[in-house]
Amino acid sequence: MKVSLFITCLVDQFFPQIGISTMKILRKLGVEVEFDSRQTCCGQPAFNTGYVEEARQVARHFLEVYGDSDHIVVPSGSCSTMIKVFFPKLFAEDSSQRSLAEEIGRRTFELSEFLSSVLGVETTGARFPEVVTYHDSCHLLRELGISSQPRQLIRAVEEIDFREMEHCDRCCGFGGAFSVKFPDISTAMGADKVGWIQGSGARYVIASDVGCLMHLRGLLERNRVPVQTMHLAELLAKFED
Amino acid sequence: MVVKISANVQSALADETLQGNLRRAFVDTLHSRNEAVSEVPNWEELRDYARDVKAHTLSRLPEYLQSLEEKVLEQGGKVIWAETGQEAVQFIVDLSHRREIREVVKGKSMLSEEIHLNESLERAQIKPVETDLGEYVIQLAGEKPSHLVAPALHKSRKQIADLFVQELGMAPTGDVLEITATARKLLRRHFLTARMGITGVNFAVAETGTIVIVENEGNVGLSVAVPEIHIALMGIEKVIPRSRDLAVFLKLLIRSATGQKITSYVNCLSGPRRSDELDGPQEFYLILIDNGRTKILADDFMRESLSCIRCGACLNVCPVYQTIGGHAYGSTYQGPLGAMLTPLLTSVSEAPEHAFASSLCGACHEVCPVKIPIPQILLKLRERFQSERNQKAASFSLEKLVMQVWARVMCAPSLYARLGRWARIVDKVCGKRGMGRLPVPPFSRWMKHRDLPALPPQSFRELYSKEVS
Repeated sequence: MKVSLFITCLVDQFFPQIGISTMKILRKLGVEVEFDSRQTCCGQPAFNTGYVEEARQVARHFLEVYGDSDHIVVPSGSCSTMIKVFFPKLFAEDSSQRSLAEEIGRRTFELSEFLSSVLGVETTGARFPEVVTYHDSCHLLRELGISSQPRQLIRAVEEIDFREMEHCDRCCGFGGAFSVKFPDISTAMGADKVGWIQGSGARYVIASDVGCLMHLRGLLERNRVPVQTMHLAELLAKFED
Repeated sequence: MVVKISANVQSALADETLQGNLRRAFVDTLHSRNEAVSEVPNWEELRDYARDVKAHTLSRLPEYLQSLEEKVLEQGGKVIWAETGQEAVQFIVDLSHRREIREVVKGKSMLSEEIHLNESLERAQIKPVETDLGEYVIQLAGEKPSHLVAPALHKSRKQIADLFVQELGMAPTGDVLEITATARKLLRRHFLTARMGITGVNFAVAETGTIVIVENEGNVGLSVAVPEIHIALMGIEKVIPRSRDLAVFLKLLIRSATGQKITSYVNCLSGPRRSDELDGPQEFYLILIDNGRTKILADDFMRESLSCIRCGACLNVCPVYQTIGGHAYGSTYQGPLGAMLTPLLTSVSEAPEHAFASSLCGACHEVCPVKIPIPQILLKLRERFQSERNQKAASFSLEKLVMQVWARVMCAPSLYARLGRWARIVDKVCGKRGMGRLPVPPFSRWMKHRDLPALPPQSFRELYSKEVS
């Protein structure tokens, strides 16, 4: 099977390790992985702030790059949502672009969904003897309905101690542009989340969206809370090469 | 008037009583709601049904409103069509003056808040007395509701007791029953002396002309039955076609709002007192209020927002509302439904921040009993805000320019890669805190309460191309 990676701009520029981990997992499972360097962003920052024309330009570029891909795998819930749910809406008035967007949307999968539902993987063979908890990213959970897949994969990690936190499905406060338009609300919501993470007793908080992780990590570091953030891909790639 | 949420955030975060009450409401009300909903096996089916009934009704609103009017007239009531809030207010003031009414008792009505009825009545020397306990409290305090179901949510028991001691001469007590009894005793007098009762409307049934008002305190029952005149204020979107729909809507509304199975009272009113009846008003007026609603009705994308049945579940579940409370919104309607309705009822330029004051987490859509896609509507409002702002030729928007440049870069992969390399150099030069140190937004806003990770030495694409070669 051949998979085209969409690494997302934040992973590319801020957290390349998440991209490397994604690639490592897929290769281990015998998937042929390709990375088209024409890829950039899904357009979400413009779309979420109301700059629809700018978002459309970037979406069009994405559709060009991925027009011929069989499976597109994305280590991000919100970017997958942008492609699968919002691209067709962006092209509501352009039927040929819309059907291309819908077609590409059907071929696009968030990483945990691809592993569980497409490949039928139960474990990646990772081992991580630590206490972890999982934060449900909003778009992944509510737009794509993905909550059991990442949990199953986490539970299957050897020697892991997985503990659910209270209010695991409550927004962490990131919200894209919201985080800088309303920084005080955003971080107050994040502080609640940090409290629940700590309440779970976890030393690592796992999530499938870099936005949430960057926001939470920023708060954890600023407040010197001894909890680390980790992307699901990084956790699932903790196996011997 | 332009309302800005950002101006009110700091004080909301610093208000310990508010924060404590919000936390309790978040845990308790939501818990009750979830319990009550889980008892209904076909909840999802009912939501779909209600959404469809609302969509159907809105698609034929004039027809259903006319039918409602006919039925109300048949029952001896009168119907007033008010295009604006001002028209509705003027009618009430004129009627009160004609009948020499100096005092009115009021049931809780968010629509009366929307049209600023109390202020207008006071200016006309008519005394409005709020009879819902929460509304009574905030009226005494000279404040506005901070939650559409629990208007005094922002107040502590002690603050309310102190208020009663100061304003009503109550003997100091911390006992809730005593505080309630004080209000009850005083309100009882008003029910007996006021000659006009004004209430809102939860539902109005087109086929029967029945006005339905739910409540828990019995104050609505008294407001509509004791005074000579009952005036019901109704947004035109509140009509439903048939009585049989009512069973569904009551179930959805009440379980979503308070987690009760049913409220203590469900008032179903059919016009003024008939000759063989013992109680009820001598005159009944239904005021059908537009106040911006037909503008929304004509807007295909936004029409669904008129399906809102004002249960408040979206407020209770909203992490933004739970963080700043209702007053910070600076508008009659708050939380997700306020973020949606405020710019729709006024304009995006008068409420420029409402649609943006959401992380778009979608929890509101998840609990909405009529499935209004609030996040989608907020996104569309953001789009309209930007396009309206940018149409004004004179206005230069830095944000717009940044977005245009950004889109260009994202469509030019090699430029994107090069800018990434430069950013890493800048980040390194900036030292320990990286680019976050730059005293410009968005960095400064991000860094206010959190750190920004340092950029890695190489991007993914650089690592990948190294590996491939």
